[in-house]
Amino acid sequence: MSTGSVEVIYRGIFQKTLAKNICRGIVFAARKEGKIGIAFGRYGDSPERNGIPAKQFAVVSNTEDELQEYLSRYEPNNNDVTISCDDTLCKGVESWAWYGLQPINKLLAKNGTLLVVSTQSANKLIKIIHRKGAPYKLATVKAAASFSGLWVYKDDHTDVRLLGALAKVAPHIVSIDSILSAIKDQWKNDKKVASAKKAYDDASTSPVGAEQGSEEIPFSFDLPGWTKMEEGLVIRGQKSEQKNVAGWEGGYVPGRNETFKKFSTRTMRPAINFDTCTKCTLCWLNCPDTCFDISPDGFYDANMQACCGCGVCEAVCPVEDCITMVNEEAFEDNNSQWEMWRKDKKKYAVWLTEKISNKPARSHGFHHVGQYAEEIANES
Amino acid sequence: MSPKTATARNPDKPRDTGEHEELISGSEAIAHACRLADVDVITAYPIRPYDTVMQYVAGMISNGDFDCEYIVAESEHSQFEIVKHASAVGARVFVGSSGVGWFYAFEALAVTAGLRLPMVAMVGNRALDDPGAFGVEHNDALAVRDLGWMLCWVETAQEALDTALIAYRVAEDTRVRLPCAISCDGAFLTHSQAIVKVPSQKMVDSFLPPYDRGDKQLHPDNPITIAPQANEDWLMEMRKQNDMAARRARGVIIEAYEDLNKKFGRGGEPFIERYMMEDAEIALVGMGTLAMPVKVAVRKMRAQGKKVGFVRVRWFRPFPTIELQDALKGVKAVGVIDRDYGFGSGFHSGVLANELRAALYPSKNRPKIASFIAGLGGREVTADNVVEITGLTRDAGNGKLDDQDTIWIGVRE
Repeated sequence: MSTGSVEVIYRGIFQKTLAKNICRGIVFAARKEGKIGIAFGRYGDSPERNGIPAKQFAVVSNTEDELQEYLSRYEPNNNDVTISCDDTLCKGVESWAWYGLQPINKLLAKNGTLLVVSTQSANKLIKIIHRKGAPYKLATVKAAASFSGLWVYKDDHTDVRLLGALAKVAPHIVSIDSILSAIKDQWKNDKKVASAKKAYDDASTSPVGAEQGSEEIPFSFDLPGWTKMEEGLVIRGQKSEQKNVAGWEGGYVPGRNETFKKFSTRTMRPAINFDTCTKCTLCWLNCPDTCFDISPDGFYDANMQACCGCGVCEAVCPVEDCITMVNEEAFEDNNSQWEMWRKDKKKYAVWLTEKISNKPARSHGFHHVGQYAEEIANES
Repeated sequence: MSPKTATARNPDKPRDTGEHEELISGSEAIAHACRLADVDVITAYPIRPYDTVMQYVAGMISNGDFDCEYIVAESEHSQFEIVKHASAVGARVFVGSSGVGWFYAFEALAVTAGLRLPMVAMVGNRALDDPGAFGVEHNDALAVRDLGWMLCWVETAQEALDTALIAYRVAEDTRVRLPCAISCDGAFLTHSQAIVKVPSQKMVDSFLPPYDRGDKQLHPDNPITIAPQANEDWLMEMRKQNDMAARRARGVIIEAYEDLNKKFGRGGEPFIERYMMEDAEIALVGMGTLAMPVKVAVRKMRAQGKKVGFVRVRWFRPFPTIELQDALKGVKAVGVIDRDYGFGSGFHSGVLANELRAALYPSKNRPKIASFIAGLGGREVTADNVVEITGLTRDAGNGKLDDQDTIWIGVRE
């Protein structure tokens, strides 16, 4: 009998039940094969906070001692499979107290499988996933990210589809028969069993080379020792400054903590139409993360190191279609939109139109009574 | 950027020049210390016996003798939170409570030490409810012993006044920056009046520098955040900083007593008081006003030729490990008298006995330690009780008494 561990990376609140269902499903299935297992959560920020990247793990072992070896780690770091419940997390995971960006494949074992819920092609995903430096495999379950709420669960079968695909890519952990049997026990729902079987049949993996992927060096910084840290739990305010780079004379950048950046916290970002912007300042004033830089010509440029994707700017913008929130999966970099616009306004207009027209659903949980029923109706 | 410190004194305020005597209680002595330390913000919420301090402070303010922000909060939690924040913006603060009132402020107590804010508090020691009781026990103040608070116990009103001044000096020292609680036994000290030498403002000014948070002051001109959220990758370093501050407190306390002795001609030994300990074979150890019946009994026994001494623990945090190891190194047996309890703890002892056992464990030829619980809820501990305790301690030293248990003194069966 073989053992192994599965890392499930998900978005806090919206996918906490999803992640739990996957990990519990693995343990139940392994039990069918006489193995023991455990499912547990790890979090840096609160997994009960909207959209925050968080993790669950499932570990399957033959003996209690073996299990304990996995549990003695803060997080298992040589996982057979890493599941990403939202493809925007492929840009990295930064829940761990903001000590940088953890590549999605960092804790994946060599030759392990990264299993992603996505409607994108493997080739497109590889572009945003950091280079691992070791070969691994990539598999996708074709679906939009399944987002639920704190108290409600959107039972769209993403959980069992992932379990079915898992049995395909890592049969040494759990077989498809055990998975199907465990699903039947747990949900008593033949449709869920059928979904899992179909996902198993459809799943295919593509090899990813050691040097394939994004060349971006993940953001990181050195953690100071106690002799270097300021006493009294004091954190210095950051100085605001006139930006001192070519082309930015007269521009203004709010003070920002250099070690507190936001990349994969957000699932969407503002796409800004500078041609219709009236410079009313409302986005800049209302942004809770002070993410707007003021360009030399007085426009407000959302800085992607500071934006957490909340959408307040879009909500307060009085101009129709000036600010549009777009799903992160549409973007491969964090470059300045204002810079792009300044260099080539026509090209920017094309780019902007493409981003906005391609705008996918961006439900973040449920905001009104009956929304769940509406979404199910729209999808079927 | 130089934020104005809120402790700046009014130069027009008339200053007395000489020390004078007053007949005052321990609580009143603490109130005088607040006035002399020119405390900026005081918060209050009534609970006996601490509430006597708030009465005296209010009296001084209404009489025009003392100028400070005096806020009566709606609960102890707010009472301690208000001064915590005032301390962060640069105000010298005073606060206090008793018994379960102190416990109601517990969240604020924990964060104050974590934030390294030099709050000075008076704990009028009182039994914890239930049952509702007014008398003294030490469990209230002792509850913060592991959080970074400095803790001391005083015996007399004079010591209460002097120690409060020391507390401000040590707590606010940049090497320490930790809160300090001065424990005053309910009734025996808070409500007992004695002749106290009240120092002049000039004397106090020469001893106690103004509170200056420097660049850690919360002020619009000094934009900082305090009290951040932190996870496992930061927290241990933060705790280590607290640990180092607690270690450094020791040296700063010694400096303060040296200076007090020099400038006031009193203060004694920091950390502990040694009473008739020369050539002592049996040593008793205790805290607070318990010292009074113990000293009476020790003198009686000495008159009978018995080699008995007493060590009064003045500072519980930082714990005077070195001083206690030194004071007790020659004795055959030690009897620890706790006016507190540690239900379910090692040997069923009180808190002081357990701490002392740990402190003496690495000593060569460590003495036998007998532990006693006495005087709970303010019950009188008589000189005869102390003689009884001494006899039992001698028995423990001779192996005639099981030293792995704790004896309750003066309890009805």
